[in-house]
Amino acid sequence: MSAYLRRAWIVVWKDVLSERRSKESLNALVFFSILLLFVFQFALGPERARVETALPGLLWLGFILAGLLAFGRTFLVERENDCWEGLVLSPGDKSAIYLGKLAGNVLLMAVVEAVLLLLFTVFFGLDFTGVLPALCLVLALGTLGLAAVGTLFGAITAQLRARELLFPVLLLPAVVPILLGSVSATQSVILGQPLAEAAAWLKLLAAADLVYLVVGVLTFEFVLEG
Amino acid sequence: MAVRALGWLAALALVAGLATAFGYAPREAVQGNVQRIMYLHVPAVLTAYLAFGLVFLGSVGYLLTRRPGWDRLALAAAEPGVIFTGITIASGSIWGKPTWGTWWTWDARLTSTAVLFLVYVGYLLLRGMLDEPDRRARAAAVVGILGTANIPIVHFSVKWWRALHQPATILGPEPSPIAAPIAFTLLVNWLAFTLLLLYLVAKRTEIARLEDLHAG
Repeated sequence: MSAYLRRAWIVVWKDVLSERRSKESLNALVFFSILLLFVFQFALGPERARVETALPGLLWLGFILAGLLAFGRTFLVERENDCWEGLVLSPGDKSAIYLGKLAGNVLLMAVVEAVLLLLFTVFFGLDFTGVLPALCLVLALGTLGLAAVGTLFGAITAQLRARELLFPVLLLPAVVPILLGSVSATQSVILGQPLAEAAAWLKLLAAADLVYLVVGVLTFEFVLEG
Repeated sequence: MAVRALGWLAALALVAGLATAFGYAPREAVQGNVQRIMYLHVPAVLTAYLAFGLVFLGSVGYLLTRRPGWDRLALAAAEPGVIFTGITIASGSIWGKPTWGTWWTWDARLTSTAVLFLVYVGYLLLRGMLDEPDRRARAAAVVGILGTANIPIVHFSVKWWRALHQPATILGPEPSPIAAPIAFTLLVNWLAFTLLLLYLVAKRTEIARLEDLHAG
């Protein structure tokens, strides 16, 4: 077990290290988030009430768009210098690689989400401080589900020519439950309702996360074969 | 030979289904003849679910055994599955216009059926983009397995999404106990559609096998 976790950790560490040196994904994703904010503002107009009504949907629209870019790239870096073969040849259970990549994606999304929340606070004059713990729980459950499917499908589409096109087409319908659950739970949390109000959605998110994780862990080795 | 017999049987059953739907089943009191769309709509959706079940079976079978036959089954079931889901949505839409007054509404069942349709269209698109048989089969199997595991989750999420937003206002009256002739007509048509699906799957599996022979 510990060897398994260590292998997953090595993948996370490798990706974090290469990201820290190249700053390939994070810089562009944060900048993309700022641009999204402008798009939302232009789409909705200057009225603050409209932004507040649409807020849960806007937040998750931002997360899923950033996620589409981030998850689709998960395995692209492995295509260079025969890294993919290295992964295939690495000893032990291949699902450790999946979990490592998944953890890396969750980490990346956590940064992007924090930035987006901060930007919303500043530019739309919103205040999340009172509901932050509950909001973090919803974000964690939602992000885990998105990343679980995103990492798996990212590995599937990495070798395709039309991957930029096919990846969203595969991912979006598959994560409909996550989007519905996250938006509804976020709505409830932002309105200041007690967490019990959103309990049904949180359970659904947790169940969906579990199913996606199990499918991902069980099938990843077949995807990795390339 | 067996496949051809199955085809004739399906054709016969479809004729019987049409005959019962238009000749035997009574004119529904409230909705009139529009209700007869149900004899297409309900069997289509049941058959689509059966087809997606076969996709799941073929996908799991392939990953476990790596026999191309399982992958051909998954492909052969996915194509009619998408078509039957399309028929379900289209016929429901045609029924909805005179009955509800709208072609489309974001009702729970409509939405989850549409999501299902999109999932398996994506599945077929993915298949179309991969040339190497084993790679295609593996990638498709993973998407097929996730898609089927997702069906109940999509179902509940969409149901709650509607239920939490507004109580059901459109679907109207609770389904009353079905009259015997209507139930019988449904049964005949459901049987006919199931036979048709089995025939299509058998035929498509055979075509896929010949394609593989030709390619390999």
